[in-house]
Amino acid sequence: MKLGLVIDLDTCVGCNACAVACKQWNTSGTTGPLTDFEPYGKDPTGVWFNRIRNYEVGDYPNSKTVHFPMSCMHCDDAACVTVCPTGASYKREEDGIVLVDQDKCMGCNYCAWACPYGARELDREDGVMKKCTLCVDRIYDHNLPEEERKPACVMTCPSHARYFGDFDDPNSEVSIISRERNGEQLMPELGYEPVNKYLSPREKKNVDTYINETKSIKAVKDWVNRLVSR
Amino acid sequence: MHPALSVIFFTVTSGTGYGLFAITCLYNSISQTNPLGSEGILLSCGIALVLITFGLISSTFHLANPKNAWRAFSRIRTSWLAREGLLAVLFYPVAALYMVTIWKDLGGYNWLAIISIFAALWAITTIFSTGMIYACLKTIRQWHNALTPINYILLGAMLGGLIFLFIVSIYETVIAGLVVTITYLIIIAAISKIIYFFWIGAPAGPTINTATSFTRSMVRLLDVGHTAGTFLTDEFGYQVARVRLIALRWLVLLFAFAIPALVLWVGVTIMPISIVFIIAIISGFIGVMIERWLFFAEARHVVNLYHGTQQC
Repeated sequence: MKLGLVIDLDTCVGCNACAVACKQWNTSGTTGPLTDFEPYGKDPTGVWFNRIRNYEVGDYPNSKTVHFPMSCMHCDDAACVTVCPTGASYKREEDGIVLVDQDKCMGCNYCAWACPYGARELDREDGVMKKCTLCVDRIYDHNLPEEERKPACVMTCPSHARYFGDFDDPNSEVSIISRERNGEQLMPELGYEPVNKYLSPREKKNVDTYINETKSIKAVKDWVNRLVSR
Repeated sequence: MHPALSVIFFTVTSGTGYGLFAITCLYNSISQTNPLGSEGILLSCGIALVLITFGLISSTFHLANPKNAWRAFSRIRTSWLAREGLLAVLFYPVAALYMVTIWKDLGGYNWLAIISIFAALWAITTIFSTGMIYACLKTIRQWHNALTPINYILLGAMLGGLIFLFIVSIYETVIAGLVVTITYLIIIAAISKIIYFFWIGAPAGPTINTATSFTRSMVRLLDVGHTAGTFLTDEFGYQVARVRLIALRWLVLLFAFAIPALVLWVGVTIMPISIVFIIAIISGFIGVMIERWLFFAEARHVVNLYHGTQQC
């Protein structure tokens, strides 16, 4: 099995619900708590596994705002695991989930240096590295109904921009959708083979934009409008 | 990258220690007559071990959870940090074996030659591993190249060589050949550092386009998605003004290479010999500390592409 996420950048509305759901679930889960520092102070900061950035893609008037959620990519060739000197970082053979054994981590930050996606954050309270677990304590929980055995971010996404599944199975939802819509890896040139795939926005017709007219009748209209409003 | 003082101190000090130990061993095995005597060699090795130990202790200060540090030797098959740790710790018995051989005058010339070269290679391999901790990271282009371990080895050997000159000068006055050798070492180290400075100036590596998969249009960051700093921005977002970096590069070239080389080349003939070496050591140490600070401060982690950098 190769579990991972597909993220549809076309439907993501940047509401941060996935990040909040992730924080809520994991702060009380196996890796929790995800410490906050000065939560009500001047400079609040804390550990988050999911972060959403916003980009402008293309040039005006044909530009688009893209909301960009990022969590651990659970890379096939995970450098964070190879560089870890203590063996605290490991990739599970059975499903490809990259995890941190907090009892072994010495907090040297080396895995964070090796990760190009910023998926790892040091919990400065506990002194250990923390990261997205793909909600491993949720997806294997047999007390939950079958359809709820998904990561918290996928469960909560109101615009259904996230898909979760097994990339090794060619007929799974994630395999089909990333095949049909050309799911892309981030920074493929580094060769980490990230499992999570991103779907680019669908092609749409450009919307007509207001452009200043230069005809002389326009100048007269503008003059009249200004005169009337005065 | 945020330059951590403990890591800078660790790489410079233990690098100097391994360099000093390697040069002591090599010099002792190569020279037919032994100008230092066993006392001088033991003093030199002792100073090297003190430097190494201070460096290694300092390296644990940047750990967030040092009580698990003993586990760091368990992944030598994949991690350069584990390899470095293991080589550094196992260097002590190797050094002890060498020092006992010198002290008790054990074995013949052949045995001494073998053990000196073995200890010297071990010391150099350890500096190499320290360099590889940084050079193996594909996420930081300024580190991910062969010049990184070469620089670590050359600068460690250079500083160690300067200290070795000082120790030799206590016992012996005629050391012209050694001074020339160390001066060449400084020049080679300077050349490799200058090449490095030019090399990291060339634009290459991942861009905001490959980081977001939008490779056919202009991409600009609108919002980082957090209102205050995070662990990532603290650790990787460290930035220094370009002008300041260039100024510091000149200081590196001046203190680490120009002053030591000049005082060695010119100074030995006109100044009292021990003062010459002390100036060279102090200047070299300051220069290499700045060099190591720059090594971290100039490194750009690719995660900055998600925080607004267009190219790393």
